[in-house]
Amino acid sequence: MNTRADPRLIAPDIGRNASGARVDLVLVAEMVERGAKVLDVGCGDGELLRLLGETRGVDGRGIELSREGVNECVAKGLAVIQGDADTDLADYPDDAFDYVILSQTLQATRQPRVVLEHMLRIGRRAVVSFPNFGHWQVRLQLLFAGHMPQTDILPYSWYDTPNIHHCTIKDFRQLCEATGVKMERAVALNAWGSPLRLIAPWWFWNLFGEQAVFLLSRKA
Amino acid sequence: MVDVQPMQSETTRSDDRGSEADHPHDSAVVRFGPDKPLKLDAGVELSPFQIAYKTYGTLNAERSNAILVCHALTGDQHVASLHPVTQKSGWWETMVGPGKPIDTERYFVICPNVVGACMGTTGPASTDPKTGKPWGLEFPVVTIRDMVRAQAMLLDHLGIETLFSVAGGSMGGMQVLQWAASYPARVFSALPIACATRHSAQNIAFHEVGRQAIMADPEWQGGRYLLDGGNPRRGLAVARMGAHITYLSDAALHRKFGRKFQDREKATFSFDADFEVESYLRHQGISFVERFDANSYLYLTRAMDYFDLTADYDGVLANAFKSTQTRFCLISFTSDWLFPTVESRAVVHALNAAGARVSFAEIVTDKGHDAFLLDEPELFAIVRGFLDGAGKARGLAPKG
Repeated sequence: MNTRADPRLIAPDIGRNASGARVDLVLVAEMVERGAKVLDVGCGDGELLRLLGETRGVDGRGIELSREGVNECVAKGLAVIQGDADTDLADYPDDAFDYVILSQTLQATRQPRVVLEHMLRIGRRAVVSFPNFGHWQVRLQLLFAGHMPQTDILPYSWYDTPNIHHCTIKDFRQLCEATGVKMERAVALNAWGSPLRLIAPWWFWNLFGEQAVFLLSRKA
Repeated sequence: MVDVQPMQSETTRSDDRGSEADHPHDSAVVRFGPDKPLKLDAGVELSPFQIAYKTYGTLNAERSNAILVCHALTGDQHVASLHPVTQKSGWWETMVGPGKPIDTERYFVICPNVVGACMGTTGPASTDPKTGKPWGLEFPVVTIRDMVRAQAMLLDHLGIETLFSVAGGSMGGMQVLQWAASYPARVFSALPIACATRHSAQNIAFHEVGRQAIMADPEWQGGRYLLDGGNPRRGLAVARMGAHITYLSDAALHRKFGRKFQDREKATFSFDADFEVESYLRHQGISFVERFDANSYLYLTRAMDYFDLTADYDGVLANAFKSTQTRFCLISFTSDWLFPTVESRAVVHALNAAGARVSFAEIVTDKGHDAFLLDEPELFAIVRGFLDGAGKARGLAPKG
C-alpha cells in the first residue's frame, strides 16, 4: 500500500473567495461545462467535487489515494474510490469522461507524463492545476537562502514532501508540446489568488504565477 | 466468559424439526403455489415454496424508499428485532433501525430469509410435498442467483418495482452484486460489503472442511437425520467453530483471548478447554446448532462456492454491469482475509470499466470479516452518507 501523504489533505494555504471556496478550485470549476461527466483524480476531501456538483451540475467521480480522504468523501455522498493516479487510471476505458481533472496532484505523481496521457485517453478534455516551481519566491529561496523552497502552497520539508515532480509553467508547456496535447486555456494565479493579466507573456507568468491551471484537449 | 462443557450429542427438539422448518418464526410469510414455481439454476423447479421475511418502517406512497437487506450465510430475516429462537437482538441492529444508518424512520426495510435456509423459507428441512417428509438431500442445490430470483418474486408480490437500495455483507453482499447484475433497472443503489464476485479456492476449501465435519457425524445419516430424530450437532458445531475462525483475525483473537486460561490458573494437562479461546469456540459451535439446520449449512455454503459472477458473463465482469445506472458503494475491511480488499477492488475496476457510478472505501480494523456486523463508526458514516446522497438523487424527502 502506498503511504505517500496527500498534498490536498494537508491543505496548502491557498486563497479563498467571498463564499469561502478555494480560488484555484473555482477557476478549475469554471473550465468545466455544465452537466459534464467528470473524474477528479486525487480528489482529497472532495471539496472540488462538491463545488462542481453544486455550481456546475456535473456527474462527478473521484479517485483518492488516502483512506481518510476517500471515507470522508463517501460519507458526504460523493462517488469516490480509493486508488492511485499512477496505477489505476489504466483501468478506465477510453472516452469514459468529458473531463478528467488533476488538481494540485501532478507534482505528486510518479510518472506525470503517463498520468497526463491517460487523462486525455479517458477524458475528452483535461484540467490540470499545479504549484509553479518557477515562481520568484521559490527561485529566490533556492538562490539566496540555499535551501529547498518552502512557501504557503508548498509547505513541506524536502524530506517529507509528497511532491516528487515539481515543475514550472514553462516545463509543463513543454510537456504538453512533447505529448501532443492542445492547450485550450491557461490561467496563472498570483500569490493572492488573483489571475494574472491575460496579455502578460509566458515568462511573466512563469515568474509571478504562484500556481497555474491548464485546460487541455487532444490534438485533432 | 461462560464455561462450556465439551460438546455432547443431544437430541432435544429434533424430532419435530421437519415441520418446524416451515414455521414462520415470528415473520411474515408468502407462499408461492404451483402456478409460480421458482426456476433454479440446477435446471429444476421448486414448487410450491415459501419465503419468510421481516419488514421495518413504512413504504412511502411512491413506493420509492424500499431497502432490501440480504443476510449472510448463518443470518436470517431478523435483522433488527429480537431473534425468536436465541432471544438475542437482531444481527444488524447497529446498522438498521430508527435513526440508524439504514434508518427505518426513513426507509422501508425488507429482509427475507434466503431459499435453502431454515428460518421459515423453504429449505432442506422443509417438507417435500411429494413425500410428506423433510426434503433432506433431495432438496435441489440452490445458488445465489436462485436466492435473488426468489427475492424478486417476493418484491413482485409486495408490489415493489424498484428498490431504493440493496445492502448486505458477505453472502449478503454476493446477493447484492447478483441483484445489480440480474435486475439493474430494479436497483437504484447497491451496498455490497465485505464480499466478492466469486468464492476463492481458499474459501471453498474452508467450506468443504465444514461440510465434511457435518457428514462425518454419524447422526447425519446421509442427510436423513430429520426422519428419525437424529441431529448431527457435533458435526455442525465443528463446522461452525472452523468457520468462525475465518470470520475473525489473528490480531482480534489475540486481543480478545491471547493465551489466557479459562477459569483456571494453569494447564490441566488434559484436553479440557484450558484456553479461553477454546471455550469461546465451543460456545460458538454449541449455540449455533440451536438455531441452524445442518443440511441448510451444506446447501448455503454450496451456493456461495458456486457463485462466480465473472464466469456467468463470459469471463468479463464488466459485462455484468454493462450500462448500469445503479449507484454502487463497496466497502471492505483491512483485516478481512476471507473477502480481502483486492476482491472488492476487482469489482470496482469492473464497474469503472462499465462507467458505473461507484464509491469504494476500505476501513482499517483488526476485527476481520465480522467487522461488517460490529460497531465500526466509519462504516456507519459511509453507509449513511452514501444513502443520503442516493436519497437526494432519488428525490426522497429528507428525514423530517
